[in-house]
Amino acid sequence: MRFFEDMQVGQRREVGSFTFTAEGIKIFAAQFDPQPFHLDEAAGRNSLFGGLAASGWHVASVCMKLIVADGQRLAREAALRGEQVAVWGPSPGFRELRWIKPVLAGDTISFASEVEVAADVGLAARMGHPADPQLRHQPARRTGILISRHRLRAAPECLLKTEPRSAKILMMAKGALPGQHGYRLVHHPPCVP
Amino acid sequence: MTLSFEDFPTGRVGTFGPRHVTREEILAFATEFDPQPMHLDEEAAGRSMLNGLAGSGWHLCAIIMRMMFDGFIGRTASLGSPGVNELRWLAPLRPGDDLMLDVDVVEARISKSRPETGIVTFKVVARNAAGQILCEMVSPIIVSRRGPVAAEEVR
Repeated sequence: MRFFEDMQVGQRREVGSFTFTAEGIKIFAAQFDPQPFHLDEAAGRNSLFGGLAASGWHVASVCMKLIVADGQRLAREAALRGEQVAVWGPSPGFRELRWIKPVLAGDTISFASEVEVAADVGLAARMGHPADPQLRHQPARRTGILISRHRLRAAPECLLKTEPRSAKILMMAKGALPGQHGYRLVHHPPCVP
Repeated sequence: MTLSFEDFPTGRVGTFGPRHVTREEILAFATEFDPQPMHLDEEAAGRSMLNGLAGSGWHLCAIIMRMMFDGFIGRTASLGSPGVNELRWLAPLRPGDDLMLDVDVVEARISKSRPETGIVTFKVVARNAAGQILCEMVSPIIVSRRGPVAAEEVR
């Protein structure tokens, strides 16, 4: 797992891919977002989505799943090399999450993360850090700010197919990654300009 | 009656809840989608910046979605959402929290590309029983306009 100092603006990382099955889409939707186009194939076809579509919150949650799995993979590798492993802290939020194209049953999508802003917490405070009492109460802790842009798009294997939608970016968000914390941490505030 | 674009003028939509959140569901969601120690393990969470076991922010988002569905979206002619303008996780979601949701319309406009629909932008504030705000979100939803009026203008 990387520390704040290991991250540079523009750094890009592919963090994994995931296949959304009809069953998985319906299970998530039944629990959290039971709108007809997330639960029923026919309702999905008749909606703006044009098919059984995953809840946007399902897609976002899967992004998190991939980020965490990738981070844990990096942490294991670092530990094997005998390096110090950073622990993630929480995220204060995100901006501009765009569900650009629906994620339909059977879609395999991949996820990439790119570092957009990296700043120390003092700079972030001057730039208007969001309300984050935990951070304010721990001023002695070394803190870094990281804003990353996440793109979720069709996986390379889908590009072999002819569907034009498969090459499109499906979702983007700024922020949202958790910070890491140990004696240093990375944080991702939503409102640093 | 199904709610249409015209039923969402600027101002308060309603207050919804309470929704009780259990430790079991926090662990279940975290195990599947966000298996970080601060969401899974009491001891590790105690050492984290969250100072104790806390639900994933994405779990809170999903619960808010369900509360909005039960509150009004389930009887609204919703066509989906293009995204979230801004979302802030302001305080941790704790096991046993009873969540309340305050929902306001901050903007309602007719869609330029699909004039038979409108885009209603909601501000959603989730708070616990103590009144502490856990999450604030601003997000648009595409909502159908009432049939005859919309059809008239489209023609």
